[in-house]
Amino acid sequence: MTVPDEYTSELHDVEEAEHAEEALHGRPFELAAVRSRSGLLPDLVRDRLGFASLIFLVLLILSAIFGPMILDIDPNAGNLSNAMQPPVWHGGSWDHIFGTDWQGYDVLSRLLAGARTSLIIGVLVVLFAGTFGVLIGLWAGYKGGRTDRWLMGWVDVQVSFPGLLLAMLLIALVGGSVASITFILAVNGWMVYGRMTRGVVLSVKERPFVEAAEIIGCKPKRVVFTHILPNLVTPLATLAVLEFARIILAEAALSFLGLGIQYPGVSWGLDISRAGDHELFGNQWLIIYPGVLLSLTVLAVNLLSSWLRVALDPQEREKKFAAAAIGSGKGAA
Amino acid sequence: MGRYIARRLGQGLVVIFGVTIFVFVITRLIGDPVKFMLPLSATPEQREARRAAMGLDDGILTQFFRFIGDLLRLDLGESTYVRGQSALSVVFDYLPRTLQLVALGMIFAVVLSIPLGVLASRKPGGITDRILTTLSLIGLSMPQFFLGFMLLIAFTVKLQWFETGPGPWTTNLVLPAVCLALPAIGRLSIVVRSSMIDEMNTQYVKVAKAKGMTQRRIMGVHALRNAGIPYVTLLGWEIIRALAGYTVVVESVFNWPGLGFMAKTAIKNQDFYLIQAIVFVIAVIVVLLNIVIDIAYKVLDPRVDLQ
Repeated sequence: MTVPDEYTSELHDVEEAEHAEEALHGRPFELAAVRSRSGLLPDLVRDRLGFASLIFLVLLILSAIFGPMILDIDPNAGNLSNAMQPPVWHGGSWDHIFGTDWQGYDVLSRLLAGARTSLIIGVLVVLFAGTFGVLIGLWAGYKGGRTDRWLMGWVDVQVSFPGLLLAMLLIALVGGSVASITFILAVNGWMVYGRMTRGVVLSVKERPFVEAAEIIGCKPKRVVFTHILPNLVTPLATLAVLEFARIILAEAALSFLGLGIQYPGVSWGLDISRAGDHELFGNQWLIIYPGVLLSLTVLAVNLLSSWLRVALDPQEREKKFAAAAIGSGKGAA
Repeated sequence: MGRYIARRLGQGLVVIFGVTIFVFVITRLIGDPVKFMLPLSATPEQREARRAAMGLDDGILTQFFRFIGDLLRLDLGESTYVRGQSALSVVFDYLPRTLQLVALGMIFAVVLSIPLGVLASRKPGGITDRILTTLSLIGLSMPQFFLGFMLLIAFTVKLQWFETGPGPWTTNLVLPAVCLALPAIGRLSIVVRSSMIDEMNTQYVKVAKAKGMTQRRIMGVHALRNAGIPYVTLLGWEIIRALAGYTVVVESVFNWPGLGFMAKTAIKNQDFYLIQAIVFVIAVIVVLLNIVIDIAYKVLDPRVDLQ
């Protein structure tokens, strides 16, 4: 979308003129945030949903790290005489704050262990797939020619594979553990980074500052890593956050199908599947706890990424605020 | 155009061939179908004999060339899980139910995502927009299997409006289709919204406004048509992703006996031949769909050059 020009013929129409005036009125205020470069945090606080997401994720990460240390209950320590304890707010004991399930497992400790699994796999896969994809993309984009065609051909072929099916097969082969799932999801998910990196490299490569670096005799390595790579930070950050959400969902889906994390591992997807098999007609909260946590995590990551996309890209900001200003007048943003 | 399609079909063959070989190698490494075929009481000698009869103790290269030969005659072997049927015929027994599920789900997705996206784009940043955008995000953030259980608890366990398992579509297919559609509705309506906003700021819309065309006509006829171009591509991807993955999850939540359900069963029972046949058929469908999407893109947008 192009930013509307304030001095167009629209001004002949009285209503349109009012609109435009409101738009003008709203924009400089909003754009001030871009200009002042007051830092990302104040901007994030203003975006209420984005800020709430950040708080949620920080809390989740902290409880995934420290929760199991404080709680100190083995999530796989089942005791059938202790099964189906109600949570504290329904008259349960403080020994099992969220109660226990039909096997006597402590619900809260399983939720925390599941958070650990999801976050670890999400971070590692983004790290591995991202690094590999970026390297391939840099190589393909900078070399061009035959290298580019071969590498992008590889990407195309792998993209057209039915991903989840092959991931299921591979996990059936090597068994479901955090390490194997990380590896398989990374093998399955690096292509997006490759494509995006190559696109950015191609558009940046012809720009004067890259040519200048080449002319003064920078080696290709230096050109790629110190001159081209920094241009990738913004799109990569957004993509990585989005991919993080997708990976968490993929791990949960695999574990749900019984082809991901296996006992004694703990995963939200696995717990939803266990509870779904066993308690669909019984205590449905056992399905709802891990399901809601998983949904909220993915939602928070998605909200954060949509804030990040706008915050890191001045063009997007302009787009958002201009659209908002025109659409709703003074109530912009 | 003809040359383009020929080239894409050639690429597609490479993909199908690649996937098939990949799956051949993986299935040979996974384990031993004989373990599941014979009763637990079978002696090691009996197992050995069955393995020899199936040609499983030949060298991997011998097996591979036999496999390629059979593949060229479209003989993908006999399923070991569904006894006495060729793997391909099992696939074609189960495929229709998956296609019904995907079709109904995508109908829901199209019927809902376009009006919702247009509605949200009418006042960007307005209250309707913000509610709809948040709902879309919630829809696409919920894992499908959890969504499925929520639908089951609400409509099957509590209200008892719908049933699960195989059965007539009015009672048994609606819930799985809704479950398959909801995340797609979220993703698609966001796309409709943003491309509508883009279109509404173009010169041709200003001209239409200037000559006094009604908002309804501008949005419904002119802008929507151009906004439809990215939409068709994304809808195609949704169909592909549903066929090659999401149906596995949805079918196992709702016990809908389609191909996805069968894929999970085949993997768990180490039925090599059935796994190969399923992946082969899905790869063929995916490749063809990809070509159809590209052609549709070209037909809808004459500016696109397919070379």
